[in-house]
Amino acid sequence: MAQTHAVEPTRRDFLYVATGSFAAVGAAYAIWPLIDQMNPDASVLALASIEVDISNIPVGQESTFKWRGKPVFIRHRTDAEIAAAESVDVATLPDPESDVARLRPGPSGEIDKKWLVVIGVCTHLGCVPLSYRGEFDGYFCPCHGSVYDTSGRIRKGPAPTNLEVPPYAFLSDSRIMIG
Amino acid sequence: MSHQSTYTPGNGFSRWMDERLPVMRLVNDSFVDYPVPKNLNYWWTFGAVLSFCLAVQIVTGIVLAMHYIPTTELAFASVEHIMRDVNYGWLIRYVHSNGASMFFIAVYIHMFRGLYYGSYKAPREVLWILGVLIYLLMMATAFFGYVLPWGQMSFWGATVITNLFGAIPLVGEALRTWLWGDFAVGDPTLNRFFSLHYLFPFLIAGVVILHVWALHVTGQNNPAGIEVKDPKKDTVAFTPYATMKDAFGLSIFMILFAYFVFFNPNGLGEPDNYIIADPMKTPAHIVPEWYLLPFYAILRAVPDKLGGVVLMFGAIAILFVLPWLDTSKVRSARFRPLYKQFFWIFVVVCIGLGYCGGQSPDKILIPVGEGGFDVTDLSRILTTYYFLHFLVLFPVLGLIEKPKPLPESIAASVLGSEPAKS
Repeated sequence: MAQTHAVEPTRRDFLYVATGSFAAVGAAYAIWPLIDQMNPDASVLALASIEVDISNIPVGQESTFKWRGKPVFIRHRTDAEIAAAESVDVATLPDPESDVARLRPGPSGEIDKKWLVVIGVCTHLGCVPLSYRGEFDGYFCPCHGSVYDTSGRIRKGPAPTNLEVPPYAFLSDSRIMIG
Repeated sequence: MSHQSTYTPGNGFSRWMDERLPVMRLVNDSFVDYPVPKNLNYWWTFGAVLSFCLAVQIVTGIVLAMHYIPTTELAFASVEHIMRDVNYGWLIRYVHSNGASMFFIAVYIHMFRGLYYGSYKAPREVLWILGVLIYLLMMATAFFGYVLPWGQMSFWGATVITNLFGAIPLVGEALRTWLWGDFAVGDPTLNRFFSLHYLFPFLIAGVVILHVWALHVTGQNNPAGIEVKDPKKDTVAFTPYATMKDAFGLSIFMILFAYFVFFNPNGLGEPDNYIIADPMKTPAHIVPEWYLLPFYAILRAVPDKLGGVVLMFGAIAILFVLPWLDTSKVRSARFRPLYKQFFWIFVVVCIGLGYCGGQSPDKILIPVGEGGFDVTDLSRILTTYYFLHFLVLFPVLGLIEKPKPLPESIAASVLGSEPAKS
């Protein structure tokens, strides 16, 4: 530092700076609860997982369940839909991901390609896409025109990523636990 | 204040008060004896109109809050309860909901007035910046308020706008969840938006006080865009001259206000907002309120999520630096032949963006070429122009334009004497 102060810092200067810093740190800590109270609370987190029965969803149809305030699409895919999802060259996709990577193993440990579970929230700005619509017969978002395929992967439009796959597991052949 | 205080306490009590809290002096110097340029036209009455709008929104809002219930279960029903059961509830709610639109009509006129007459130029930069800040707070307040009735547009508007923050790299997701207090727009979101909707108007009122303070330090700009030289010749007293002129302007404005409240109360709203919010189903065509449409069009014009968000906020942020983008020393467009034309082009571009924001993005406007010329194409052209207007035209026009000679003084411009030969 340039020699601007003729007087050496004193013990009192140190005490002033230390007191001020201590007060600043204390104030910062006091603000944290006021910020954190806006995060999801215990009652919201308690509802964070659901169990659903998928035995009554026929082939070629889809059911919607509410999980964490959002729709989850559980789709019982036809062979044609599975074939369409698998036939595409993964490298050409905007968000490259193979169909099988978006599925989860059943109770036996093997992947049942019939079941697609995705969060029904467009990754663009959060609208709910319409099922069995759009060029690839998967999903079409009415808000800004994003098109998803039968694996819920983004194919066209402004959405940056594929429909999110929620954390889920098969409890049995007919029951799924989401969350 | 820029002028000397002319207040003389009239009686013993006001003398006593003046030595302790000179509030009467402040009022006198700000709103009675305060000198205003004598050439102000009716575009200058919108400050008063806006103060009126803010007061109306606060008064009706406080009353509505006495009947409204901010839970997802009851919000929609409580608004219908206000409409049907509460004495004069329909009137108070329609005044409040249309009042928001009136507020924005007035603020847009006020802002374009500032752009036309160069009111943002030195020494009024801080005045202008405070105004842009008020405008931002108004948009946030209007957004929070629009969510409260918990209709379909409320819910999906809230979803789309909060998702904009999700586009921010790294912290976006956490920030979005923090805003929601949930994993989607839900009860905690509605409750906090109600709290903030109640707070923000008072923040606006606070910034308005600073705005008026800054105005009274620099004095008002005026249609000639020249400074007051001789207060005796160039100005008149705020009261009665400006007060009465403002009152007349306000009366005319209230006719428009009353038309909407009594004859077309839902004309500016979306019918879908009378459908209760359904988090499982998005309406086919979601649009924000009319006053946000130009920015919505800019958002949609960009094919990239983050890019769209940046440009949308940038469209507002650019107003903050406008005083330094404009290189022309001449304020009023009256004396700027080139700027005057580009100003009107800019007005048309903003209205065009508003139109685009309200239309489906893939609507074909002109069936030419492959796929035709659609709303998105038009939005892209207009968005580009919007930014060029600020980033290129403002700096360049000031350098190449030959302004007309300015009048000698405000008094001379009013009395129609020839401008000074330069």
